[in-house]
Amino acid sequence: MDILGQLLVSGIAVGGVYALIALGFVIIYKATSIINFATGEFMMIGAYLLYTFMVMTGLPAIPAFLLVMAGAALLGMLVERAILRHMLGQPTISIVMVTIGLSSILMGLAELIWSTGFKNFPPLFPRAPIIVGDIIIRSNLFWGFVIAMAAVIVFALIFKYAKVGVAMRATADDQMAAFSMGINVRNIFTLAWSLGAIAAALGGVIIGNIGGIQPTLGHIGLTIFPVVILGGLDSIGGAVIGGFIVGIVENVAGGYLDPIVGGGVKAIAPFVVLVLILLFRPYGLFGKEDIERL
Amino acid sequence: MRVGDFKESYAADEAVFRTSTARFWLGVFLVALAVFPFVAGDYLLYMANLTGVAIVAAVGLNILTGAAGQISLGHAAFVGIGAYTSAILVTRLGLPFLLCLPLSGLAAAFFGVIVGAPSMRMKGLYLCIATLAAQVIFEFIFVHWVPVTGGIRGINVPAATVFGLQLDTEFKFYFVTIPIVILVVTAARNLFRTRVGRAFIAIRDRDISAELMGINLFQYKLYAFATSSFFAGVAGCLNVFLLKVVTPEHFPLHESVRYLAMIIVGGLGSVLGSIFGAIFMTMVPEALQSLLNLFQGLDPAVMEYLFPLQTVIFGLLIVVFLVFEPQGLAEIWRRVKDYFRLWPFEH
Amino acid sequence: MLNHFRARSKTTPGRSGGQAKTASIQTPLASVKLPITSAFNVKQQRHASRQDRFVGGGKFRLMNILSVENLSLSFGGLAALTDITFQVRAGEIFSIIGPNGAGKTSILNCIGGFYKPQQGRITLDGKDVTKTSPDRRAAMGLARTFQNIALFRGMTVLDNIKLGAHARLKTSLLQALLYWGPAHAEEMALREDVEKDVIDFLEIEPIRKLPVGALAYGLQKRVELARALAMRPKVLLMDEPVAGMNAEETEDMARFVLDIKEERGGTIVLIEHDMDVIMDISDRVMVLNFGHKIAEGTPEEIQHHPEVIKAYLGEKKN
Repeated sequence: MDILGQLLVSGIAVGGVYALIALGFVIIYKATSIINFATGEFMMIGAYLLYTFMVMTGLPAIPAFLLVMAGAALLGMLVERAILRHMLGQPTISIVMVTIGLSSILMGLAELIWSTGFKNFPPLFPRAPIIVGDIIIRSNLFWGFVIAMAAVIVFALIFKYAKVGVAMRATADDQMAAFSMGINVRNIFTLAWSLGAIAAALGGVIIGNIGGIQPTLGHIGLTIFPVVILGGLDSIGGAVIGGFIVGIVENVAGGYLDPIVGGGVKAIAPFVVLVLILLFRPYGLFGKEDIERL
Repeated sequence: MRVGDFKESYAADEAVFRTSTARFWLGVFLVALAVFPFVAGDYLLYMANLTGVAIVAAVGLNILTGAAGQISLGHAAFVGIGAYTSAILVTRLGLPFLLCLPLSGLAAAFFGVIVGAPSMRMKGLYLCIATLAAQVIFEFIFVHWVPVTGGIRGINVPAATVFGLQLDTEFKFYFVTIPIVILVVTAARNLFRTRVGRAFIAIRDRDISAELMGINLFQYKLYAFATSSFFAGVAGCLNVFLLKVVTPEHFPLHESVRYLAMIIVGGLGSVLGSIFGAIFMTMVPEALQSLLNLFQGLDPAVMEYLFPLQTVIFGLLIVVFLVFEPQGLAEIWRRVKDYFRLWPFEH
Repeated sequence: MLNHFRARSKTTPGRSGGQAKTASIQTPLASVKLPITSAFNVKQQRHASRQDRFVGGGKFRLMNILSVENLSLSFGGLAALTDITFQVRAGEIFSIIGPNGAGKTSILNCIGGFYKPQQGRITLDGKDVTKTSPDRRAAMGLARTFQNIALFRGMTVLDNIKLGAHARLKTSLLQALLYWGPAHAEEMALREDVEKDVIDFLEIEPIRKLPVGALAYGLQKRVELARALAMRPKVLLMDEPVAGMNAEETEDMARFVLDIKEERGGTIVLIEHDMDVIMDISDRVMVLNFGHKIAEGTPEEIQHHPEVIKAYLGEKKN
């Protein structure tokens, strides 16, 4: 029972971080209808950027964090302006394939700049693990969860109440109407990509802090697909709940099945969930079913 | 410029190679293909065989993604299924190579249908994500189902035997690869001369209208997926007999991305484009390696950059072609042909 | 009324210019006659058309080829169609008119199977198709053209038209991969059929190898019509076929629609806003307003129907 409790708690903690990264995906999808296959790579770049600022140039934690967020925003802006602007009007599958290409570019670049070696993060949080009863939570997991949840709440509030958030929702709903209302749709797209990149990068920083960094960190980003399919591609709340569920399933399945299968269950458990969801409830728990007009 | 080109029957108008010039150059090309192995060294023959495998896989993917508009991120996994099926069939059951070919195709098609079927009732990118799941799950199975797949060490496979002749050299294998490539390319081109191919393109362009024209979306998406996976399986079989070994590291996600790059660079929805793209993307790693070899004198560690550079270049090619030349090399080829066809006029 | 469009036959193409048009629905006040007897009301029409007998031979069959009964459609809380009932006789041009938002396209979408109505029954050629999928309905002979052109941009004109015949063809996947044999025979027969039957009829030979994206708007609409005709449909649904066309293109299209009815015996259900076209070529007209049927009858009857005038113009203030 202890083991189950431990696994559940770890699952919730990492699930919170998944929720944050998934949020990065959902923000972009909600505002622009683009499925960003490079979300994992944004995440990885965030982790590498923090490493660069803290370890390679020796900055203290908080300025480094801010620089990471700025860097991520810049990356999102760059992607939107330099590449996606040119793709306006092209069919969706072309744009999606561009993000696939982008993920390749970013992964290769990361390896070129920072080389393949495994890198450890400097400690960001107090070392002491949090102990609740019999359950031990590693400090970076715990604090990572706290930060992730705080970020999720901030983003959710922005989306719901801030003027730009409302503008983003309007653009997602009906671009033409948003244009007519005086919303600068192009800027909204740029903003969505920047915010999405920031969310993903923050998630990357946390994950990197937990497990160390290497260019294949982006592969963890693949896990967000089960999360967003589970939660519904365009639902922020769904991303959060989906994140928790995937985190729990991953940890529990890994804990119980790894010894039997010989490892690696953690990586595919979310995808088995994905397959099941696609079979039974493809629009996810909270997604909207598209009504098409002829 | 071309003059006097008129057709006297619908059959002549519908032919694939419509002018005597086209037929002449086709003949020249086939002769060159036949002569090539006698003048090329082993390395070039190996590259040719490798390219042949890539062409078969790319043609398959282009049917699904280029023509029918369903992105697949799991193509490498289906090639892998074909490869492992062949390896198991030849090592455990001793089946001959020529039988492994269609059986690998069928195995891959079978799994393709299972993977694709749930998502095909839905519009949008759900199928794409399902193929991603398939890629991840099959990779896992290749690595961990050790009793069947041999795990990380994989399965070693003896040389293919065709009518008692052992195909143990690149030269001999070439004479098997080329006919198979020609068969596959012809079959794919045939599809688009019939209602099946037209239905695929209709589904890609406007699936609602396609449905209202009488096309059962689910059925035809399934056809596209099955055909694409079948060709992937055949490619996998060729691959395993070419390399004489199958291991999981041949079928990772970035290999699926490489196949996507092939059809994007070559030209989405075009059989000729698949050929161009496959050749191009097989040559790129080789060219890159040669380039880096030049620099090796300066810095021995430069080869470390080979793999990441390759990854960046794949991604760049995809993005650049999609933004600037979405119809790929096939379109560039068409423009060149048009220039010569119309010269000295411009239109 | 001068049959402006009927006057032109296929062998004398060219403008008919200069012929005066009679009063159209835009100036109804000039032609409103206060009815002495009750206006031709909807109930009588329903009774009259319930004649399901097939009067064998001759040009006018009274068989209903399409029947829509008590059709109701709503999106969430919004009622798009309320209790619509009408029958379309074989070989007639049946038009549906009404202000924007009246639900005209929704009716076509329900008939085509794209929308699933909450209530109602649709019968095509005697068979109940209410639960049939859209592609099966197409296979049964229901063709459609669209308000916004829905041609397939990745294909040439010829391929688009051939695609229209998809439901009639039999080539399977394996036969297609092999091509030589049954598939080839079917394709050649199809090409000949399409050339003689459709391309020649709609006068689009010069453009058949062009990609559809390269065509002018009017020609695209004609290709769309060609594609629908390739299906050899029993019923052709046309959604605003002359929208956005100039006078010459409109005349051409109207002529083609008439030719479809007269030369090929086709049945057409037509949505249009261009009242000249409607009044000239329709056999019967149904008027919708806010999802309700408010009138049905011949064009002359509709023009003088008080409900229709009210819907288009509002009530006369005293």
